[in-house]
Order: sequence, then C-alpha cells, then structure tokens
Amino acid sequence: MRKTYYLFNPGRLARKDNTLQYTAYDEDGLPGQVKYLPVEDVADLYVFGSLDANSSLYNFLGKQGISVHFFDYYEHYTGSFMAKEYLLAGKLQVQQTQHYISKPKRMALARKFVEGSAFNLLKNLRYYQGRGRDVAVYIDQIEGYVAALPHAAAVPELMGLEGNIRQTYYAGFDRLVPGDYSFGTRTTQPPQNELNALMSFGNMLCYAACLSQIYHTQLNPTISFLHEPGTRRFSLALDLAEVFKPLLVDRLIFRVLNKKEIQPKDFVQDLGRCVLKEPARKTVVRVFEERLKETIQHRSLKRSVSYQHLIKLECYKLTKHLMQLEEYKPFKAWW
Amino acid sequence: MRIITATHVKYYHVCHRKLWLFDRDLWMEHTSEAVQGGELLHQTAYPQRAERYREISLGGSKIDFYDPHRRVVHEIKSSQKLEESHVAQLKYYLWLLEEAGVEGPTAILEYPKQRQTLHVSLTADDRTAIQQWLTGIRQLQAEEAPCPPTINKPFCRQCSYYDFCYVGE
Repeated sequence: MRKTYYLFNPGRLARKDNTLQYTAYDEDGLPGQVKYLPVEDVADLYVFGSLDANSSLYNFLGKQGISVHFFDYYEHYTGSFMAKEYLLAGKLQVQQTQHYISKPKRMALARKFVEGSAFNLLKNLRYYQGRGRDVAVYIDQIEGYVAALPHAAAVPELMGLEGNIRQTYYAGFDRLVPGDYSFGTRTTQPPQNELNALMSFGNMLCYAACLSQIYHTQLNPTISFLHEPGTRRFSLALDLAEVFKPLLVDRLIFRVLNKKEIQPKDFVQDLGRCVLKEPARKTVVRVFEERLKETIQHRSLKRSVSYQHLIKLECYKLTKHLMQLEEYKPFKAWW
Repeated sequence: MRIITATHVKYYHVCHRKLWLFDRDLWMEHTSEAVQGGELLHQTAYPQRAERYREISLGGSKIDFYDPHRRVVHEIKSSQKLEESHVAQLKYYLWLLEEAGVEGPTAILEYPKQRQTLHVSLTADDRTAIQQWLTGIRQLQAEEAPCPPTINKPFCRQCSYYDFCYVGE
C-alpha cells in the first residue's frame, strides 16, 4: 500500500538512482540528515516546508505517477504537480461534459452532493445530541433546509441552501467544542479565529485527498457539477470533498479540541489572520492520516475498507452514473 | 470498427461486463495487486528462458514469448482458475499467426506455480468458434450496447473490477 508523505521541514528532494533522497536542512540552511524514501512506497507528496528540487526529480515523479501538492506558509493549498494523465477514457469524458452542460443532469448530481454532505453533517450533530449536547434546534433547522433541496431549481440556489446548512451547522459547532473556542462566522482568506483556521487547514487536506483519488480513476478532475468548473482548479475534488468533510475534517476538529491535542496556544494571530503553529499542523496531519487509514466494514462489498478507499469508491459510483449504469447515490455514513 | 485484442477475447470468456468496461477504457488493472503479482511472475518465472523467444505484436495484440523457429507461443499464467479463458486467448494468438501466414503454430500454456503446462493447438472447430467470439465481442463494442449486468460469481471477489461493480450505495 503506497503512502502519502508530508514534508514539513525545509530540505532538498532529489532523484538518487531509482529512488528518492531527502536531505533536511538545519537551522543554518546547511544540509543535514539524509533520508531515503523508497519510491514504490510513495503515493503522493504534500509539501508544507520550503523544498528544493530539480526537473530530473519531477521527471522521475511523473514517470512514477506521483503527484506533489503544495501549501504556502499560511497552509493554503497553492497547487499541484500532477503526473501526466495516465488513464484516459474518451467516452467517459464526453459523458462527464454532457452531464455538466445539461441543466437537469447537472442539477441531479449537484443536489446529490449537497444531500450527502447534509446527511453526514447531521450525523455528527445527532451523535453529539445523543451524548447530551443540546443541538436539537440546529438539527431541526438543517432538516428544514434539506427538505427544500428537491425544490431548488438552479445550482446557485443549491449553493445558497448549502451555505445555510453549513452556517447553521457552524452555530452548532460552538456547543461541541470546549468553551475556549467560538466559531462566530466562517471566515476564509484569511481565517480569523482558531476554529476557522483548523477548518480551513482540514478542508485543504480533504480536498487534496479527494484529488489524489480522482487522479487514479478516469474522471476528469476539472469538470464538476456543484461547484463551477474553474480554470486551473480541480473543482470535481471540491464536489467530492463536500460529502467527506463532515467525516474527515469536522470529526477531526472535535477530536483534537476535545482531547486537547490542540490547545489555544497552538495558534498564532497575525494581522487579522489565524494560523496553526507547526507542531499543531503536524498533529492535524497525523490525525487526518490516521482517519484516512481507519477502516469500516463495507455493507455491500462485505469487507473492510479505509476512509481513503471510500473516496475512490465514490469516484466509481460517479463513473457509473455518468456512463448510465447506475444512478449516483452519495455516500452516507451508515454506522 | 474498434480494435479487438487478445485481452478482449480473454475477457469475453470471463465476464461480458468486464469486457464492456475495458473496451470503453475504464481500466482497473492499475489498482490490482493480483495484476502486479502476475507481472512479477512473468518477469521471474523462467530466468533461463532462451533468447530465441521474441516479443511480437500482431493486430493490436502482443505475444510475450514466441519462438519463430518452432512456431510456438508461450503464455505464463499464475492460476488455473480461469483456464478456459487462457486457452481462448492462446487460440486467438494462434489464429492471428495463421492469418499472418504462419503454418501450424502451436502454444504452451504455463502455470509455473503449479508446475503444470498445457499444449494448445487450433482445430477447424476452433476457427469457427473464433468467428463467433469476434461477432459477440463486436456486439458488445457497439455504441448502443448497454452495459451487461454483474455476474455474481465467486471469482468476482478476485477481479480488479469488484469494487466498481459491487460498491452499491
């Protein structure tokens, strides 16, 4: 099983014969410890620190089908190096485009993504309701929005409902995390408080995880349905991430805050922007990785599958929908 | 007309749905550990294999080991479970060679792990059967052909399309 490697420290990654050599730089910027990453073991690389590399490395990574995702100092996802497309399917591409162009077809899919997302985030609220946190009012309100989903006539309307659902959900968040934190309003670019910073960072990891899985299928990551396909943006990953964020990101936030794995001192406020300090970033990444590897017993496949594999399965379901084999039903946590 | 390869012939004997998907470029092999294992076996099973064997391309199909002097095709497989489809694949190779003007080619199917081999040759009946296979494959390749349903066989569990076919909701 190939693994995701996260590079936090500044250093140099190079091709060394037929494998990867990582040289960490010390505080003075001088080459220090040398490590080898066996190339067969690498699924993709997430680069947070400052990385030196040359084109021979990227040629090598390209041939091995390894993508590299980059994040800036403020933990924003800035872009990816994607190996040449190795799975092309013309017929699927045509179908994917048609499902975008045709308004009813696009709406059908876009609605499914919002439905899946709402189901999974309600699942989170209900779980905590069952454990004595009073979030009933938010559940009711969100259910009201969900009931309106079938009547939405256009994608902007769906996006509006999705926004309302999320806004209500965030209001409920405050009751699920320790009293030191309050969501206030969702702020991005830049996130202004701790919860927002955590959520932005988590969402980015989720988005990149979805992109990595899409890459190993024949789907085109730029043609999306709920989000508007944007140039230079892999917006299909945003669609899929909608469904998985409540499970992969939100639960992670509850966990790290409630278990005090991350504390108020792990954040820095800087010019109206809130960012995670590096040790906290590592904690989030570690917990996120644990979550991706965690397995559940799949109902229809009758074997255990990891959360990461669930994302791939979602790609298969989407492919089947686009090829008109079987209608897409969004992933809904069943446990 | 779309190309027909030996893989099409093999899948035609395993599962029509798999053939339909494969023909539309929906490949899953890249995710399959079984396929990687097969490739490894292929590279390592016969280290002493003589140099006279050649890799040849014929009508879109690739024959990995062909001995042009004795006119023998070798094919390595890891398990005898789907033997019928392996034999069909080899018969298709032999048919292709005959079409290309080679007289009386034969084939050996090799299961190195089981230490078994099987000799395959082409009969008149086979030649008729191959025409029927090709017709069947072309029907599945047709633009309007719907995707065949899942077959729910025990060997589905080992197929690289298993998750795709049975993921459900």
